Amino acid sequence: MTLTHPPTIPVPTGTRRLLAAAGPGLVDHERTHGPLPAVGPAVIDEIARAGVEGRGGAGFPLARKLAAIARQGGTARTRGRSGPLVVANGAEGEPASRKDAVLLRRSPHLVLDGAVVAALATGATEAVVATSAGLAPVVRQALAERRDPVRVTVRALPHAGFTAGEASALASAVAGGPGVPQDRVVRLSERGPGRRPTLVSNVETLAQAALVARYGAEWTRGVGSAAAPGTRLVTVSDVRDPDTAVVLETAGGAVLGDLLVASRLDRADPRRAQAVLVGGWGGTWVPATALDATLDAPGLAPWGASPGAGVLAVLGADTCPVVTTARIATALAGASAGRCGPCVNGLPGIAEQLTALAGGRPTRDVEHLVSLVDGRGACHHPDGVARMVRSAMHVFREDVLAHRSGRCLVGGVR
Amino acid sequence: MDTALWVLGRGTGVAAVVLLTVAVLLGVVTRGGRPLPWLARFEVQLVHRDVSLAATLFVAVHVVTLLLDTEAELRLVDTVVPFAGAYRWFWLGLGTLAVDLLVALVATALLRRVIGPRVFRAVHRAAYAMWPIALAHAVGTGTDGTSWWFLAVAGVCVAVVLAAVAWRCSAHVTEFRTRKLETVR
Amino acid sequence: MSREEVALHVDWTRCRGRGLCTEVFAARLARDEWGFPLARDGGATRDVPVLPEERAAAEDAVALCPLQALRLTAR
Repeated sequence: MTLTHPPTIPVPTGTRRLLAAAGPGLVDHERTHGPLPAVGPAVIDEIARAGVEGRGGAGFPLARKLAAIARQGGTARTRGRSGPLVVANGAEGEPASRKDAVLLRRSPHLVLDGAVVAALATGATEAVVATSAGLAPVVRQALAERRDPVRVTVRALPHAGFTAGEASALASAVAGGPGVPQDRVVRLSERGPGRRPTLVSNVETLAQAALVARYGAEWTRGVGSAAAPGTRLVTVSDVRDPDTAVVLETAGGAVLGDLLVASRLDRADPRRAQAVLVGGWGGTWVPATALDATLDAPGLAPWGASPGAGVLAVLGADTCPVVTTARIATALAGASAGRCGPCVNGLPGIAEQLTALAGGRPTRDVEHLVSLVDGRGACHHPDGVARMVRSAMHVFREDVLAHRSGRCLVGGVR
Repeated sequence: MDTALWVLGRGTGVAAVVLLTVAVLLGVVTRGGRPLPWLARFEVQLVHRDVSLAATLFVAVHVVTLLLDTEAELRLVDTVVPFAGAYRWFWLGLGTLAVDLLVALVATALLRRVIGPRVFRAVHRAAYAMWPIALAHAVGTGTDGTSWWFLAVAGVCVAVVLAAVAWRCSAHVTEFRTRKLETVR
Repeated sequence: MSREEVALHVDWTRCRGRGLCTEVFAARLARDEWGFPLARDGGATRDVPVLPEERAAAEDAVALCPLQALRLTAR
């Protein structure tokens, strides 16, 4: 692919890429990045070479999704209203994540560029940016400044619930249906609502694609690690209070401890951290000894974790991990869409047992309940709860043991 | 000949009432997802289906014999259009209505994979209307309708169906206490 | 779909735990404490693999489910 990037615009160096523009307006955006070059299906190869992976949590390679959709669409019969659809997922249902909000406020044009790139790559003539009611005006304002070769609209989502951002739920909401997880026998990229091949991609992933379309794969891989090329957004917070979060843009494969320090959050000081919940509230706990691991797949694999949605929720040494795990499990149980039996019954059951454990009271077998929710349900919400709870029971096994005999290692005797 | 048809018509009518009652009972047990002491859950479902089809067969014979019976004065139109008949038009009309509903129930049941579970369930609720209408028809228009033995049979049918409906509306209808799931349209 | 590998797909948005499938396809499906089907092999209970000799039982389960929550899909 020949880059049509105007030579007068300096290519960004360093790790300020997604958040490089001085302001959210179109003028600042084009001053930093130049206009969006013309792209076609050939950009998919460049995105593949750049190794762009999903930033919404699953980490699925973007190029594979784009290629799958491009294979479906393209015939005259599948144009327009029945052709492929691009949905930019700005719902940010993950409770501990703030990166999508920051990205949409700071660089909405990069996200919109990304949606356009994805549409042009797949033959879609329509793209929708779905986000919360609070952020929709920001995106609409940016959209009003542009003229795009495909039709781009903004969809404000009525609920900010966790499962609203699940891919099938979002696709359903955008198509005018109920925004709850749907049963899927066929992938969205093959056939989504209205029989349209549908791409649901996190807004940060699409913004990454917009950067690749301008500067190319080699530039993307110029920073970051081999497994995590380029940059990514990370949300660092105190696990007890996501509203304290700080969002950083970092090169891929950065060391966890360095990221905590870079956040300058007092509560995230790695010297006083007991553990970190990595990926999201449905992610994996890692102990403080893991803080020298890198935030990429190979770095986190020994701890059974993965970068997920780029969340690093820190548990300070003065906070009881069992109480915290119980609170998160309770919140996740409340976030269930309420459609599937194992989730509706199992998640509150797990939360109840963990709460009893936190109070030093006798409990049922938690692992048994966890095994009853893992892998059962229309979406992967229960799987995330299972992962988070299992990792907690493992990483905090001494705290768990203490609680079972009515003591707490952090707060003394219960 | 007419008397034979008349007897056959009455007999199949009474049998149909009993079979429809059993079908409704088994349908309620099916909905609860529970087994019976001598039938597994899937067997309850299959027997419900078989009894319903048998009941439909008896209803069909009941209607055909009465069509052929000249004394019954049943016209073809009376078999589908309710309340258009001459002889006891109201009670006869209830029978026609019950047959119409029964046809809808059977058709949607046989086509349920085509119409999907939501449409199927919506129409199948009509069984709770079809059964009392059929029973009222039997009592009101049947020759034996108000005889003591038939009233006894009808009384038993009403009692068991009322008991089943009461159980159906209680919280214990399903086997396990589970939290209520969201129903999405 | 006669000789290809199939899986039994559970539509969890429809399943109400009535348990008919756990009787008819007991070889692969156990039942949890709330009535819902549970894959015996310890894997996820979303797409349960079906061996060729189990095909008939799986098809019965699909036909009998009162909520139409099951279907056979190509693996």
